[in-house]
Parts: sequence; structure tokens; C-alpha cells
Amino acid sequence: MQLVLEFLALPFVQDVLKILFILLLFAMPLGTFMTLMERKWSAAVQDRIGPNRANIGSYRGRGLLHIAADALKSIFKEDLIPKGADKFLYTIAPFFSFMSAVAVFAIIPIAGPIGDFKFQVTDVQPGLLFIFAITSLGVYGAVLAGASSNSKFALFGGTRASAQMISYEVFLGLSLMGLFMVYGSTQVSAIVEGQGEHWFGLIPKWGVFTQPLGFVVFFTALIAETKRAPFDAPEGESEIVAGYFVEYSGMRWSSFMLAEYIAIVGVAALITTLFFGGYQVPWLYHWESAPQWLVTLLQFGKFASFTFIFCWFQIQIRWTVPKFRFDQTMALGWKKLLPVALLNTVVTAIIIVALA
Amino acid sequence: MKFKVKKVDRSEGLREALYIPGIAVGLKHTMRHFFRNIVGKKDVVTIQYPEEERPVSQRWRGRHRLTRRDDGFLKCVACYMCETVCPAKCIHIEAGEHPDFSVEKYPVRFDIDELRCVFCGLCVEACPKEAIRMDTGVIGMAYHSRESFNFTRDLLRDTYTPNEKTKYTDADLPKPLDQQSALPNSRGIPAP
Ligand code: SF4
Ligand code: SF4
Repeated sequence: MQLVLEFLALPFVQDVLKILFILLLFAMPLGTFMTLMERKWSAAVQDRIGPNRANIGSYRGRGLLHIAADALKSIFKEDLIPKGADKFLYTIAPFFSFMSAVAVFAIIPIAGPIGDFKFQVTDVQPGLLFIFAITSLGVYGAVLAGASSNSKFALFGGTRASAQMISYEVFLGLSLMGLFMVYGSTQVSAIVEGQGEHWFGLIPKWGVFTQPLGFVVFFTALIAETKRAPFDAPEGESEIVAGYFVEYSGMRWSSFMLAEYIAIVGVAALITTLFFGGYQVPWLYHWESAPQWLVTLLQFGKFASFTFIFCWFQIQIRWTVPKFRFDQTMALGWKKLLPVALLNTVVTAIIIVALA
Repeated sequence: MKFKVKKVDRSEGLREALYIPGIAVGLKHTMRHFFRNIVGKKDVVTIQYPEEERPVSQRWRGRHRLTRRDDGFLKCVACYMCETVCPAKCIHIEAGEHPDFSVEKYPVRFDIDELRCVFCGLCVEACPKEAIRMDTGVIGMAYHSRESFNFTRDLLRDTYTPNEKTKYTDADLPKPLDQQSALPNSRGIPAP
């Protein structure tokens, strides 16, 4: 017993446990769930029913079994590598996409710290800069897949993806400058701590209230990073079939798709953490005698529910807004989002200096 | 020549340029549908096909059937009118004599190849005895082999339920010449 406790207290073991918990019990299940929910919810938007036929005997579970059916199907599908493709790059491309989608969860706190123990895999000093580094790695997934497939459509998709993702990285970083200034840190835990305060004990000091413009730009840039509608020119179903992963099949294709849906959850978690107070439950400080376990549970519940709501919101956006043409995507980025992000930075700086 | 041209103003106003009002209007619509379909009254128009079927109009030309007289025997007098008029040449009739004098002539064999049929309904129009009809309302016909689509006389007859005054039972009807057994109908119910 003593040995087990000591083993569990090792920082390394704790990190592994946290990674397992956050990935296997939160991010992956939610991501897989989103693959079905995207179809179900889009059906609801369009007055359809959506998938409901996968069954075990007569049990259908309102379409839930489609998740299992999809997984089984993609595992047993033939894994094709097109003739003339670069085998090595073709094989590692899905890993880049998947890895960059998953790595976002490394710095996201899912509940408030208890003493020294943080519900966060790692609270690195550079904080969000880590996110920018990781999301730029995601570009490699698309580019390598496009370049190695030996297919024109895939190449088009890859080039579009690289251009789009690299330019939206700029606004992704710029839109958060104001946030860094307001909370005085790039570290995620500090930003979330800062959002726990209230103005006049009433309005929570969430990022969305302090940085509304930053929120809009950041959300837009993140959607562009995940390459989903309205910024799905790299996948461009109507003109280049599926873009950079058009040649993929079987489990490799599934890992691209799963990466996309985990990225949705990641985006939702980031938005929640940075702009909606993360795990901070508003007005909870009034209840001082609350037991610690209940507080932690409430915090996790708040974080999870906001994450879920933003997953839903992204899917809703996707089924609402028509696709941008590629030049429109670029024009929106460089001509509109860039000035807005810069303006936001300057105005925030002026206000902070004026208030100080 | 001067054309009347209506000039459409395509300049982007602030509202357009901001995108957000446009997205908000779109979201209003999609969310209305979403919430109505998830929690409220469903607007879904999907028909869950194998379990539910779309109601068809009374005039809808579905699978054929051979009608019966009040005493239960076939109305058809094997006059070959339908076979002659059929544009797809898919009806095949062989006439025969019956010991009952009230019957005179009857089809010993009456086959319709439903794969060739174009469902024009001309056979129904041509029939002087109202012996053939297309009012069964059967929409889907799907089988595994081509032969199954060759509907025999008994199969065509048995999609119709005889009334109580039936004089002839099915056993009284002479067997078709080729002894082909009746096939299950399109709903998978085997013919009696
Ligand atoms: S419906 Fe037309 S094609 Fe079909 S059997 Fe009758 S006459 Fe022939
Ligand atoms: S079905 Fe009508 S038209 Fe055809 S042979 Fe019989 S009686 Fe004549």
C-alpha cells in the first residue's frame, strides 16, 4: 500500500495518469462522439433524421452504434497507398495532424488546483506560445499528405491548407496579445486565475467581456486552423473532392477525420479556457464553506459543459455559413482580421495604461 | 437596340463587410430548425422506408392483380386484349376450357413479366371484363432472381382477397399447366 502511494506520488506517474485521464476519458470520447453528433445535428438543422440504422439485434441506440460501426469498418478497410506516393511521408502525415490536435490538451486545466496538485498535464511557462507552436505543426499533416499522395487534387489541397493555416496563425497570435496584456501572463493557469475575479462582485471577469474583439478574431482564426466550413477550401468538396487527404483510405483516413473532431474539442476547450473562465465557476466565492470535492466537481462540470456547448456551436456554424472562396479567405484574413487584431491590441494597451 | 437592364447594387455595405450580422441571421434560422427538431415538434419529413411506406394515390399504377367474380373464380375470359395492347409485350396468356359452363373460357396460364412491364396501365384500359387491375398499392418489388419477376396467374390472383360469397375455393381452380408454384409477393408474404 505504502509502495503504491509512493509510486502514485511520483511526478512522472502523475503526469502519465493525467494524460490518460484527459485524453482517454475526455478528449477522445468527446471527439468520437462529435463524429456522430456532427451528422445527427446537421440532420436536425436540415429537417432530416440522420444515421439511425446501425444495430445489434433490434437495439439501435438512436444511432449511437454508428460510432462502433464506423470504427470497425475503417479498421477492416483496405489500406491503399497510391502508386508513386512517397511511402514514408504518406505514412507519417496523419500522425502530424493527430498529434497536433491532441497536444492542445496538454496545457488545458480541467479543474482548479488542489494544493500543489494541478488538473493540468503541464503548466509550461510559455503557455499559449506552446499552442501556437503545436498548431503550426498541424500544417505539416496537411502539407505532407498533399505532397506525398502523388495526386493533383491532394497537392492543391495541401498548398491551400499551408497558405491558409500559415496566414491564420498570424491572427491567432495577434488576437491573444490583448488577453496577455489584460491578465499579464502567457501562462494558462495565470489567465484562468485572472478570470476568476468579478467586477463589482457581479460580472465575472471573463476574457469574452474584457476582450470581445479578440474573442471574435481568435474564434475565427481557430476555425480556419481546423480547416472546417466556412474555411474548408483546403478540403473543398465541390472542386477538389477531399483536398489533401483524398487518396487516404481505411484507418489512416480515419485518423485524419478523428484529428479533425478532436481539434474541434480542442478549439472548444481553448475558447472555454481563455475566454469563458476555464474551470472558474462564477459567483462560487460566495459559498465559502463548499467542500473541496464538490468545488472540483463543479469546476470540471462547468469546463466540460462549456466545451460541449462550443463543440455544438462550431458544428452549428459549419452548417450555417457557406464556404469562402480561397481568395475571400485570404482577403478576410489579411484585410479585415489583421487590422482588427492590431486595433484590439492597441486599444487594449491604451486602456490598460490609462487605468493604471 | 436598348435592353432594359436592372442594376443590382453589389457594393458591400458595412453590414455585409462585417459578416457577423449575416452569420447571426443564418444562425437564427439553423438554430430554430435545430431546436425544433431536437426538443420540440419535429419538422422531419423522412419516411422510414421499410417500416413505413409512403401513402400512394388511388390512381397510382402499382403491381397488377387479377380480379375475381363474386363466386371467387377469375373474371378474366382470356380474350387476349391486354396481351395485344401491351406495348412491352410482357403478358403471356394461354386460354383453356372449364367444365363449369358458367366459366366458358379462362386463362390456364397468365404470366406478366414485371421486369419488362413499363406500368403504362394500357392492359387495364383494354380489359373488357375489369379482370386486370393495378390498384394493389404495392410500391417496391425486389427479388434476387430474374425468374421471380415472372408473375404467374395464381400469384396475380392472390394479391386480392376473395369475399365471403366465394363459391370456388382455390383447390377448385385447375392448376396452371406448368405447375409453377406461386411466388411470395413483394412484401414477402407467401401466397396461400
Ligand atoms: S402496364 Fe402496360 S406494359 Fe405493363 S403489362 Fe400492362 S400494358 Fe403491358
Ligand atoms: S385480363 Fe382482361 S383483357 Fe386480359 S385476357 Fe383477361 S379478360 Fe382479356
